Amino acid sequence: MLEAKDLSVNFGKGRASFQAVKEANFTLYAGESLGLVGESGSGKSTILRAIAGLVNSWSGEIELQGRGLIGRNRSMVFRKQVQMVFQDPYGSLHPRHTVDQILGESVRVHKLGDADKRVLRLLDEVGLSANFRFRYPHQLSGGQRQRVAIARALIVEPELILLDEPTSALDVSVQAEVLNLLTHIKRDRGLSYLLVSHDLAVISHMCDRLLVMQHGAIVETLTVQQLRDKAPTQAYTRELLNASV
Amino acid sequence: MSANTSRIMSDSLLEVQDLSVSYHSHRGTVQAVRNVSFSLGREKLGIVGESGSGKSQTGRAILGLNDANAEIKASKLSFDGIDLLNADNATLRAVRGNRISMIMQDPKYSLNPVMNIGKQIMEAYRVHHKSSRREARERSLAMLEAVQIRNPERVMRAYPHEMSGGMGQRVMIAMMMIPEPDIIIADEPTSALDVTVQQQVLELLDELIISRGLGLIFISHDLNLVSRFCDRVLVMYAGQVVETIAANVLHEAQHPYTRGLLNCMPRIDAPTAELPTLRRQDTWAIDQAKVGATHVGS
Repeated sequence: MLEAKDLSVNFGKGRASFQAVKEANFTLYAGESLGLVGESGSGKSTILRAIAGLVNSWSGEIELQGRGLIGRNRSMVFRKQVQMVFQDPYGSLHPRHTVDQILGESVRVHKLGDADKRVLRLLDEVGLSANFRFRYPHQLSGGQRQRVAIARALIVEPELILLDEPTSALDVSVQAEVLNLLTHIKRDRGLSYLLVSHDLAVISHMCDRLLVMQHGAIVETLTVQQLRDKAPTQAYTRELLNASV
Repeated sequence: MSANTSRIMSDSLLEVQDLSVSYHSHRGTVQAVRNVSFSLGREKLGIVGESGSGKSQTGRAILGLNDANAEIKASKLSFDGIDLLNADNATLRAVRGNRISMIMQDPKYSLNPVMNIGKQIMEAYRVHHKSSRREARERSLAMLEAVQIRNPERVMRAYPHEMSGGMGQRVMIAMMMIPEPDIIIADEPTSALDVTVQQQVLELLDELIISRGLGLIFISHDLNLVSRFCDRVLVMYAGQVVETIAANVLHEAQHPYTRGLLNCMPRIDAPTAELPTLRRQDTWAIDQAKVGATHVGS
């Protein structure tokens, strides 16, 4: 579904240039959940941002279903196929728009029509009652906001969702609810996920395979089963694993 | 058991009884902390709970650092014979930082961004101890070495933005340790750090606490971390302590809230299709003091 070949991202110019992602190669198959794990600064979020067209200076190739992506330009088709959910539910929703406006905007932009019905169906799907429709983000809890952000991603009926630390700002009890919601949606809609997290336990719960990143490079690719069998070959992965159990 | 309790009591550095913190506003009163009691000896006491459970407000109330409109009540809040609740500002200043110090979550926001590290640590020492600049400087360098900073001379000249998260937090620990306090209150000291760095900072903190015989109040949302690191844990829900338990048996906790929190965390070694969710019960939030009062009455 998604393939990255020699994907590199550079920030800055000349001597101050910094390579945040170093020649990453990976494939995400349709219907799969692929995890990206690593510490802060390892480049995992930068990969998501390069795919979404949020960074300028990437090189290499990114292909979505065989079609290459160029620079920061993303077609309407891409935007309908791929959606992103961000880490901070406090920062990623417009503070002066109601939930209805937030969800309705996507419907309008993509000319999907029938906004009313879609908004209500999506609220129901993410476990929020119709009462939430005309509330503002500040009237919602962190978990409810993240549900709205997920609903906004889902409303255009994408095939792939990029999840950037979707639960790390939430309490563990709320995290469990949001992760369950993501599991249900994936099952019901046959979605693919590319999930970034620093939490190995979250990745192992949600994903089939994971990429371990350190200092901008993918150091290891392994299945979750290999992770559980304590079979990582790289010292860094073992260190992460030891710190997480 | 009673012998054990009395030993802890006699060693106790800090006594907190029926601590309540409430905020009054035109929309009504919010009780952030309700009747929390505990004593702290030379041990590592963890306070865990979700956001809004009152754990940080409890830590702050000990030093009177809550927002100005907070109303703090307690039948006892004493440290080494000092009544912290009714102490005047001069007494409080002599305690704060000097004898009870506080490590905050994020070094990025808690260090002064326009002052170099050396000046900040020396200031922390000189505010509380009459000393020459030279002595303060030597002590600061020694302290930075104690928190395992490899090149203390360079770090002394550096500014906070030049530090990584782990280094910044080591600097914070150095700054809080240098006045040689009896108690350290650490509010999510490692939550902003990566797991591998977190481990290093905790080992360091542990070593310093044990070798200097301090009391530590460790506030965290992370149950696994607290159970590994602390001796004893208070579990807070809706402003009250619902369970007090030895840290090494936290996984055998009895209270349904503590159990619920433990169960809803994903585990690498125990895969499930779906995570159990926490079903909150109204009874957990009932004011235990009032329940106690009706029992006495009836």
